[in-house]
Amino acid sequence: MNTGSPHPPSPAWEDLVTAALLGTDRRTPPGTPPGRNAPSALLDAAAAETVRRRAGLRPGPAAPRPRPAPEDPRPPLPTAAARRLALLLADRPGTAQGGRRGTAPDLIELLPQWLTAVNDRGFAAPPESLPALLDAARARTDLRPAALRFAGPRAPWLARLNPDWRFALRASPGGGMALPGPEETRRVERLWQEGLFAERVSLLAAIRSRDPDAARELLEATWSTERAEDRLMFLDSLRTGLGPRDEPFLEQALADRSRNVRATAAELLSALPQSALAARMAVRAGACVAVDHTVDTPTLLVEAPHECDAAMERDGVSAKPPSGRGERSWWLGQLVEAAPLAGWSARLGRRTPEQIVALPVADDWLGELHAAWCRAAVRQRDADWSRALLGPPSAPGAGGPGAVSLAERAKLLGALPSAERAEWVAGFIAAHGLSEAFQLLGVCAVPWAAPLGRSVVDALNIARDAGSYPWSFSGVMGLAERCLDPSEAARLDALLAVPDEPEDASPGAGGYWAEAFQRLCRTLRLRAAMTAELDVRDAGPCGA
Amino acid sequence: MTQQGVRWSVDQVLALAPDSASRKAGSKLGAAGPWSGTGSSREGAVWGLCKGSGSTPYRTVVDVVGGSGAAGPAYKCSCPSRKFPCKHALGLLLLWSGGEESVPAGQAPDWAEQWLASRRRTQEKREADPAGSASGPADPEGARRRAERRAERVTAGATDLEERLADLLRSGLATAEQAGYGLWEETAARMVDAQAPGLAARVRELGAVPASGPGWPVRLLEECALLHLLNQGWLRRERLPDALAATVRTRVGLPSSPQGRPVRDDWLVLAEYDRTDPKLTTRRIWLYGVSSGRTALLLSYGAAGRAPELTLPVGLVLDAELSAHPGTGGRRASLGEQFAPPVPTGVRPPGTTTAEATARYGEALRDDPWLDSVPVTLDDVIPVPDGESWQLADTAGDTALPLAPAALARPGLWRLVALSGGGPVKVFGECGHRGFTPLTAWPAGPGNAVRLC
Repeated sequence: MNTGSPHPPSPAWEDLVTAALLGTDRRTPPGTPPGRNAPSALLDAAAAETVRRRAGLRPGPAAPRPRPAPEDPRPPLPTAAARRLALLLADRPGTAQGGRRGTAPDLIELLPQWLTAVNDRGFAAPPESLPALLDAARARTDLRPAALRFAGPRAPWLARLNPDWRFALRASPGGGMALPGPEETRRVERLWQEGLFAERVSLLAAIRSRDPDAARELLEATWSTERAEDRLMFLDSLRTGLGPRDEPFLEQALADRSRNVRATAAELLSALPQSALAARMAVRAGACVAVDHTVDTPTLLVEAPHECDAAMERDGVSAKPPSGRGERSWWLGQLVEAAPLAGWSARLGRRTPEQIVALPVADDWLGELHAAWCRAAVRQRDADWSRALLGPPSAPGAGGPGAVSLAERAKLLGALPSAERAEWVAGFIAAHGLSEAFQLLGVCAVPWAAPLGRSVVDALNIARDAGSYPWSFSGVMGLAERCLDPSEAARLDALLAVPDEPEDASPGAGGYWAEAFQRLCRTLRLRAAMTAELDVRDAGPCGA
Repeated sequence: MTQQGVRWSVDQVLALAPDSASRKAGSKLGAAGPWSGTGSSREGAVWGLCKGSGSTPYRTVVDVVGGSGAAGPAYKCSCPSRKFPCKHALGLLLLWSGGEESVPAGQAPDWAEQWLASRRRTQEKREADPAGSASGPADPEGARRRAERRAERVTAGATDLEERLADLLRSGLATAEQAGYGLWEETAARMVDAQAPGLAARVRELGAVPASGPGWPVRLLEECALLHLLNQGWLRRERLPDALAATVRTRVGLPSSPQGRPVRDDWLVLAEYDRTDPKLTTRRIWLYGVSSGRTALLLSYGAAGRAPELTLPVGLVLDAELSAHPGTGGRRASLGEQFAPPVPTGVRPPGTTTAEATARYGEALRDDPWLDSVPVTLDDVIPVPDGESWQLADTAGDTALPLAPAALARPGLWRLVALSGGGPVKVFGECGHRGFTPLTAWPAGPGNAVRLC
């Protein structure tokens, strides 16, 4: 408490320190005769002075106080949930006991969904848990949005005091300062005119999500004065709430000085099937594809464009192909991708998307054409075309005719309603097993719908009976722990025992499988308990 | 008092873990998965079967109440772990902390009842024969002779130490910087031989001072002077008042036993923390007597790698008897009989201002000049950043106590800051010449005690 003493050290004490440093052979403090007893006399005096100094300690002046953190109006977390949070946060990575996972649930892996559940219910975090929560979010960027939302207004307040948690300031614009509401036009105006780039981007995004027209008008007002890279970012934020009323502005942006801005504007316009650009692209693309009725079976004929004219370039078609691709097929791909899918039926003899996709394609254009349609279906979020391009889930995988890669399938699935998506993936797993399913499972809604969950469990069971080791499926296992509906736990009971080892099985695999299923089962039970705790109402303070 | 009310919180259970690996392993077992046949009794016993890697599940029993003399929980588990408590006991307690659904009330099965019954028998024996083995040696004459021999050794050690201090002062403290750690280690070893562990510990601390940063000569002179004062106190202990002589004996490191009448009270557990050095873990537990208003310190030791046996969860209140040890201001106490299991409480200790806190430390130095700090509860203080350091500032006044440098590196600091959010909180801690070390805090509104250590 050195800063606490109101008086400067008394001269006597300083004399004592000096004499002690130099040694009594060289120097003695005033009043102490040199000689054999000098050290003892010095220590006597120093002891009295030390106790006197300590007894005289007083508090010092207070430093300027930090501004109090903003109030958190949300209700406190139920007691049991607060306890769960403490447990989840205590399970930090780096203290693991070796590589093997054992049968215990991976608690830290459950934190993301716990945070989602708690944010859905709008509870406030117990303040004393914030340091551990921020440390967890610091280590894992994917946790940050949910963790910071749960942490509430105290997180940026803390981050200003501890540089370890600076990310919390970056994530919340204005260092935790609330964005102005739509009614505060003056503040919006000022922040838009004077704010930093990041603040302006979040402001635009916030307004766009509430009132798309207001956001576009805000952007139009300063459009001509923005730098090219800023224009690109701002334009990108119009993706949210994109609608027909954005068309005039986007049309105008097609003439922008920057090529990237032009391309983005064209891409946005092509996602509006009613736009003039979409109509122009439909005409161009339509001219390239036709049904040939001169052969026995109707076949699609493809005549790729012979040139990329100025009007096409203005509509966002990039004239120069990447190396290794022919320029005509490159142009074709871009035209088909940007043309509204709804137009093809009229153009190709009133056929449904299924019928069109089923048509043979002349001269090896099939891959190019279908890939472009896939991109169009994803961009326009067209469920009918997505379904047609995906085909039945039991169809052979990559390599078959009309080969659609797993990555493309995962994207196409995104355009389907979630129940249908789950059913398709369930069918895929039933037909092809788990080895290629990981990416597809990732796009399914959590918790998995019942048919999907059953199909995954069945497939795991089959994989076990086939005698392989469970870690070949650790990716799917991990997903199942997080995504399987907890009510499926009962169905796993039969799988928990160690089975008799068949002769051709890998040695010890049965035991490892039992362990993996036990962990799966426990994790599901734990997740059920976690959700139940959040729905308990209790009046007591949290953390009891 | 309902059965539910007795259950502890997760923090309180995890505080029992001997190390962080056990904490983690225990947390993982704190889910219903591996457990079967769990139950708990009204008397405070918890039991369960835990499925491990083998075919037979481990049998785990915990006596949460403990018994008189052996406060805190007692554990029994059929696993081969040498950790104490093992992860199974921790997992079981975590499960139990979750409430009735996970560990229902019930009758102990035979295997658990056997152990519990044998514990009860030992305890009854101890109570029936309070004068038992601990009350005193069978041979008072021999004990007196042994005590005299030890006193002679300590006197020889203290005299020797005085010589060394005089040598140091004669040639100057500046030489201590060059002499390094070895010199002090050797002297400390001699003090251990002289059966004066208190002197040995102080000598070892002297060795670390020259490397402790700017201002070390002042600190070294202070510590040398206080060590000299202690030596002189020992050499003239016959001429000191009784209380001061007892303090000197304790500071030198002679064992003390509780004297005086036991005080029964509701003791609120204010703080519990461990100091670990390679050979010994010392656990310090601060208690506050709700009726008596006394603050008492319990000490418990664990040999290397083992957690000290005594554990009292912070924020609970314990109906028990405490007996004070003589000397050092009468703060140190031993736990006597416990009349009921610890229960959660809304009681908070009364607090004071920063000025009063330093005044209390000053007054306590009258009884024990070697005292580093006193326990104090501060009311309505705000943690305030002060350059690289932090202080606790009074809400009403314009004064503040700096935090002790050691407290700045602990995660508890940030829990305190987060809890405060820039507003006033109640903080219990140790206030002394190095600054204030916060140990436990309470929010301004309703809410439980938050551990900071």
